[in-house]
Amino acid sequence: MIEGRLTRVLLRVWVALVLLFLFVPIALIVLYAFNKSNVQGWPPSGLSTRWITVAWHDSQVRSALLLSVKAGLLATAVALLLGSAAAFGVHRFRFFGREAVSLLLVLPLALPGIITGIALNSAFQWVGINLSLLTIVIGHATFCIVVVYNNVIARLRRVSESMYEAAADLGASGFFTFRTITVPMLSTALLSGALLAFALSFDEVIVTTFTAGAQNTLPLWIFGAIRLGQQLPEVNVVVVFVLLLTVIPVAVAARLAGSGGVARALT
Amino acid sequence: MRYGIKPLTALVALLALAVTVALSVGSSAAASGLGAPPQANASVLKSVGKGEGKLNLIAWEGYAQPEWVKPFEKLTGCQVNAKYAGSSSDMVSLMSGGGGHQYDLVSASGDADLRLIYGGDVRPVNISLFPTWKQFRPFLQSPGFNTIGGKHYGVSYEFGPNVLLYSKKTFASAPTSWSVLYSKKYAGKITVPDNPIQIADAALYLEKAQPKLGITDPYELTQPQFNAAVALLKSEHPLVKKYWALASQEISLFQSGTTVVGAAWPYQTNTLVGDKVSVADTIPREGATGWADTWMLATNAPHPNCAYKWIQWVTTPKVQAQEADYFGETPANTQACGYMDKISKGSCAAYHANAPQAYFKTIKFWKTPLAQCGNGKSDCVPFQQWVSAWTQITS
Amino acid sequence: MSVSAEGSGGLAKRASPLGNIPRLLWRHPWLRGLATLSPPLAWFVVIYLASLLVMLLTAFWTVNPFTNLMQHSFSTANFSTLLASPYPGIILRTVLMAAAVTVTDTIVALPFAYFMARVAGSRTQRILFTAIMLPLWASYLARVYAWIVILQKGGVLSWSAQKLGLGAINIGYTNTAMWIVFSYIWLPFMIVPVYSAIERIPQSLLEASGDLGARNWRTVRSVLLPLALPGVVAGSIFTFSLTLGDFITPLLIGGTNSQLIGNVIYSNIGTADNLPFAATLALVPIAIMIIYLTGARFLGAFEAL
Repeated sequence: MIEGRLTRVLLRVWVALVLLFLFVPIALIVLYAFNKSNVQGWPPSGLSTRWITVAWHDSQVRSALLLSVKAGLLATAVALLLGSAAAFGVHRFRFFGREAVSLLLVLPLALPGIITGIALNSAFQWVGINLSLLTIVIGHATFCIVVVYNNVIARLRRVSESMYEAAADLGASGFFTFRTITVPMLSTALLSGALLAFALSFDEVIVTTFTAGAQNTLPLWIFGAIRLGQQLPEVNVVVVFVLLLTVIPVAVAARLAGSGGVARALT
Repeated sequence: MRYGIKPLTALVALLALAVTVALSVGSSAAASGLGAPPQANASVLKSVGKGEGKLNLIAWEGYAQPEWVKPFEKLTGCQVNAKYAGSSSDMVSLMSGGGGHQYDLVSASGDADLRLIYGGDVRPVNISLFPTWKQFRPFLQSPGFNTIGGKHYGVSYEFGPNVLLYSKKTFASAPTSWSVLYSKKYAGKITVPDNPIQIADAALYLEKAQPKLGITDPYELTQPQFNAAVALLKSEHPLVKKYWALASQEISLFQSGTTVVGAAWPYQTNTLVGDKVSVADTIPREGATGWADTWMLATNAPHPNCAYKWIQWVTTPKVQAQEADYFGETPANTQACGYMDKISKGSCAAYHANAPQAYFKTIKFWKTPLAQCGNGKSDCVPFQQWVSAWTQITS
Repeated sequence: MSVSAEGSGGLAKRASPLGNIPRLLWRHPWLRGLATLSPPLAWFVVIYLASLLVMLLTAFWTVNPFTNLMQHSFSTANFSTLLASPYPGIILRTVLMAAAVTVTDTIVALPFAYFMARVAGSRTQRILFTAIMLPLWASYLARVYAWIVILQKGGVLSWSAQKLGLGAINIGYTNTAMWIVFSYIWLPFMIVPVYSAIERIPQSLLEASGDLGARNWRTVRSVLLPLALPGVVAGSIFTFSLTLGDFITPLLIGGTNSQLIGNVIYSNIGTADNLPFAATLALVPIAIMIIYLTGARFLGAFEAL
């Protein structure tokens, strides 16, 4: 199929419009980070940089940011271990109920977050576990595992079995094969899965509302600030700050893993 | 879809196990009457010791502002972490399990107080540790919603009315009746809180608008009275632009001119006026519902010393004045009046901080609607029905 | 022909640091299966599945109206409430909204994904990919809140329309506003799987179609779209399920006829403190999604990896 000239032009216009659609709200967030007033009206009543200082000195923001990073890293670590283990298990072994397990492993992303949230919350209450960083991580890890699983199993399916047989023919033990062939092959799949898992955990608010105690992750802090309506520009400053921090890692990951790699983490 | 036999059997076994366990747990103690609160005999602090370094609050938006939080943190070393709740029920929900070993204090209004006390989620405090208590208005020292059997389940804080907020561009002078909220003239430009307790506001209006109904207390409604209030609210539904759940939403609605009249807290008025939006508020002739807040101590508060220090701090006249001026409410501490006028001239009178008991009596404070009517009968509509009716009204 | 791990044909034995375990695992594959699968399955069954079941159980309980303590006695009262007004209406509204958002996102995503996968150079591809992933890092809450400013009376949309001479557009706090915001937020989740599916289509298939005489539109219709379908279905699982359970967008953006399942569940946890009824409500999205997943698997979404 060769696209005609017109089609190409139309496609380009479409892409530009979609990008505009995606980024107008982001542009507004940047604009309102400099809003003088704390009520978001249009057009902004004036510009000011004082909110940057406010955000910088706000200890609540700092602890919320720190907690989000901690929770994200822990959840991603758990997800990497358990997600790849699950992918291996499902890919390599044929057993009764394999289909059921694949379905089970998709549920945390396929079922709405509020359900995971209340289910975990009532389970924690029933068992008597207090809500804390541990429960936040448990909640996040549950869907992060799925993301890593999807990515790893997609990569495993693209690798031919003969690689392993060749390695065995050449005398490699199972562990050696794992170390020198499997792991390097999976590295980009693991990287893109980890990146997406961290992103989902960092911005997660629905499950976290139900699994966090008195502490605030960044999204929870933002929700509290939105309730109050007194520090909205500060929220925007924090969001812009996070965006700037993440542009580089996201671009790097896209380059390393290849867009296809990250894409597969979601499917 | 082919399901394996083994996982399916495991699933069924798990389900069977769960059911067995669940059914073997006995039925929970349902409070049929109102006996003694579960925590009535809990120990109280003998003296306030060193702060634990942290304090977790559940508060209304506007109750933990930096103006008085920062000095407190400096003075006591207790870092304050506030979680905001938009309704009393939210607060009750967050406090379940005695605060879950997480939260120390909750600024509960009258309609949450009894639920918290009888749910065992809050414990008594040692009132002698609060010297400012002696400066309180008499009727807020041991009110029925936070003092039971002589035990104080918290310390009164401030109180205020739910007001009628209106745009000065639409209304040349302040509306005199709540009827404007139910009027087709402002269709699509009205906003009211998304809170089942709003049914009481409708009942309050009907008390004067339809005296034949015989409503005397907007929280103690017989079925016919309740139905009339619900019917009024259902007729209001097409006129409402948005049921606001967050204070900032109402601020946004008035700021953009989307709504011109609505039910609000003075907090929204103050924020809008501070942002030079042309609004004002008023209490119409039918009177107003309102709240009277109490800082209550969680049963399992992890930082009790910081909690006591906080209550001591926020009941001092200066902080009471700061809060009253910021939020637009009336302090419990009678000494706050002078400080209020220092912050903003005339605010003492504006918020009735020097008014006698008579003003307090005109406000119908939030309380939990129960089946027990308080006049010996038990045919009033309980809160759970208010909630399901509210879902029907707002859908 | 099974090959023993000890090697053959004169090559030196490679000793494994794990001793005899690898040999054992090789001889008994099911042990390997058990070893790799137990930890994740244990997590899922013990933590996730069990908590879902606990929640399912509470749907059969009720709550004491005064003290909010749960009565652990079996009752189907919640289910009868669920079938009465206004809940069926709310459920229908939610499903229709989810469907509308899914269709919108599919239409918006397809040309974009096609461009990314087939027309763009590899550098452009990477830039575009970064561009669609980036919004996911700007807080969901902040983005939804920005839409309030865009859609409200006198907001960006209305202001721009007036400047263009189109007159004021005031769609703040309506279902239309919710539809726009939902479509916006879930768009990256649709673009990515569709892109993934289109990228995998061999160019030779599309060329062959042309060779056989099909015009472009015919190729799109008969070759491209069917092969992209698994990607669309995978993306739709996200848009559908995310819309079914979201309560923040209806809360911030919705108007008075915008109650969705998500915020009714949320208010039953918060305002009503009625976990049993919230659990009953939660069963609805679960049931809908299980049906949807069955259909999706049938359409090959899971094998499209």
